[in-house]
Amino acid sequence: MTTEFFSNDNLHLAHEIVSRYPVKKSALIPLLHLAQEQHGWVCDDAMRQIADLTGTTPAEVRGTGTFYEMFKFHPVGKYVVNVCTNISCQLLGGEELLAHAEQTLGVKAGGTTADGLFTLEDVECIAACTEAPCLQVNYRYRLKVTDDDFDTLIADLRAGRTAEIPEHGTLAAVRQHIPADAMAGIVPPEQATEMPVWLSRNNQDAGGQG
Amino acid sequence: MATNAYIPHAPGYVDNDGPKIVSQRFVHEDSYTIERYEATGGYDGLRAALNRTPSAVHDEVRNATVLGRGGAGFPAGVKWGFMPPGKFPYYLVVNGDESEPGTYKDRLLMERDPHQLIEGCLITCYALGLAQCFLYVRGEMALAQERIAQALNDAYARNYVGRNILGSDFSVDITLTWGAGAYIVGEETALIESLEGNRGMPRLKPPYFPAAIGLYGQPTIVNNVETLSNLPWLVLNGADAYKAYGSETSPGTRMVAVSGHVNRPGVYEIEQGVTTFRDLFYGDNFGQGIRNGHELKMFIPGGGSSPWFFPEHLDLPLEAKPVGEAGSMLGSGAIVVMDETTDAVRAALRVVRFFARESCGKCTPCREGTTWEERILQRILDGEGRPSDIDMLLDIADNISPGPYPVAADPSQGLDAVPFPPKQTTICPLGPSSVAPIVSTIRRFRHEYEAKITRRDTIPVSVEPVTGSSDHHEVSA
Repeated sequence: MTTEFFSNDNLHLAHEIVSRYPVKKSALIPLLHLAQEQHGWVCDDAMRQIADLTGTTPAEVRGTGTFYEMFKFHPVGKYVVNVCTNISCQLLGGEELLAHAEQTLGVKAGGTTADGLFTLEDVECIAACTEAPCLQVNYRYRLKVTDDDFDTLIADLRAGRTAEIPEHGTLAAVRQHIPADAMAGIVPPEQATEMPVWLSRNNQDAGGQG
Repeated sequence: MATNAYIPHAPGYVDNDGPKIVSQRFVHEDSYTIERYEATGGYDGLRAALNRTPSAVHDEVRNATVLGRGGAGFPAGVKWGFMPPGKFPYYLVVNGDESEPGTYKDRLLMERDPHQLIEGCLITCYALGLAQCFLYVRGEMALAQERIAQALNDAYARNYVGRNILGSDFSVDITLTWGAGAYIVGEETALIESLEGNRGMPRLKPPYFPAAIGLYGQPTIVNNVETLSNLPWLVLNGADAYKAYGSETSPGTRMVAVSGHVNRPGVYEIEQGVTTFRDLFYGDNFGQGIRNGHELKMFIPGGGSSPWFFPEHLDLPLEAKPVGEAGSMLGSGAIVVMDETTDAVRAALRVVRFFARESCGKCTPCREGTTWEERILQRILDGEGRPSDIDMLLDIADNISPGPYPVAADPSQGLDAVPFPPKQTTICPLGPSSVAPIVSTIRRFRHEYEAKITRRDTIPVSVEPVTGSSDHHEVSA
């Protein structure tokens, strides 16, 4: 008997996400994100229900999920602070910024503060290389960060002055939604073996269509 | 009128003089909205495509020689031609998993002009008869995901996507999907594995192209975000107009990110095959010189995977052939500039560590080799290197990439360049890429390695602030 993990709203969303793929298993990673959004990290109950929703086993869900470093299988801080130390940031002080962050937060990279607020990570390139050194808090950017900037950011997060940064797990505040009457139709590949109708235009005389 | 300055709402992007194709709307603060897109010619490329046969649209893209902007530089029109006829359904997978060190232009294109990307996807689906498009966006790019989700919702509401698009017989769905933190998923067969709900490990080759066997075993086109973003302009203006920019073998423009030790790091849209590295680093329109009057020591011309270049390469144009012959590649348009204060071993270690962390573990030479490369470089940097370590590094490198590895010439030693690409004992190029910083720096800066090994020298990496960007915070030393 499976324990229900997803809230009613999220279960509805989960079904909608699954419906956007021709094969259910393709929804596995999006559903792991949804689970993390609800719970902050991916727990066993979440993996069991995702397995049900995607026609897989909990072992397969874990097998896929553990490949990807954004998925956490244990509690992490409310704010995950990712400091980039890759080459462009290293050249402009990324490693020194990480060392400062470790001092400010009192944890090494990979650690979570005792109050459960912050997890600090030493991450690879986050694609803001001209704005080095840079970091993300729950995947929201802070650019050209000085030691003082970092301390101010941490103080702001502690004081709840950062409304634009959601708790860890929430990625996009805007979701895709395809209205049923606008959908072209998403079916399994074995049910889509006909030639798309508009390709027959290639067999007509060039020009004059549309 | 170009301002030749940063744009506050697109941090890093510089609105300089020169032709603009994919970044033409960046100057508008609301460039990501459907209202701005429609007001600036948006979806006219789709309308133009729908007035032609699918094969005529394919021909236009083939004739324009649109080189893939993800790294390999393979012409999109040719890749499209690999689809086996009649084996429906066909799929489109958009590679928005940009993670190559030093690279960011796809993120800006997704954040600043998501409709342009969507329109490019639609044109591709129309031209090739694709059943569905999957827009795979890197997990860490939350804003790009929000912008694309909103853009898709708006495009569906206005009948640009979905059933009977603009009243025609063309129908296709676009599904936004997310990555979750894995560089290797940028490799196209790994991307397909990830999209199927699996660990993102590259598939065995052959087949070399997922056009033969791709998503769900069906013919699949995987194209990069920037590649697809070129298509609306191309279809609207034609292949001849596109080829009027750039060089004969590298037509059009491309987005490059210049980071590191230049006075004005930035993302620039440049003419392919025309602009040189010297222009990019020293030109008033671009990087405006090495920071604080320092000297150029070396640079990475095409992302973390590319062998490194040196001051004598400054006059090469950003064109695949001469760069390849000189021993490197243009890759993903990521150029990292390092001045003479840079410790070559420390910089090489950081790039190697990236590959060691991101190795998926499928091929032994890469999984074990990158790990050992990192450990050996670390102990050399820590002053605990052994005299045999340089040879050991090269031996491990030879296990991943046998034979002479692509590297720049060193005239002072009478050594010739080894042209790109490398050989590999692995399924994908990740492992061989880890060799690039090692071979590049050992050939040119062997004395730095030897100093650390024999004299325990350390040359600190400077953290001097970049000048010329006073509107941003500076790094304290």
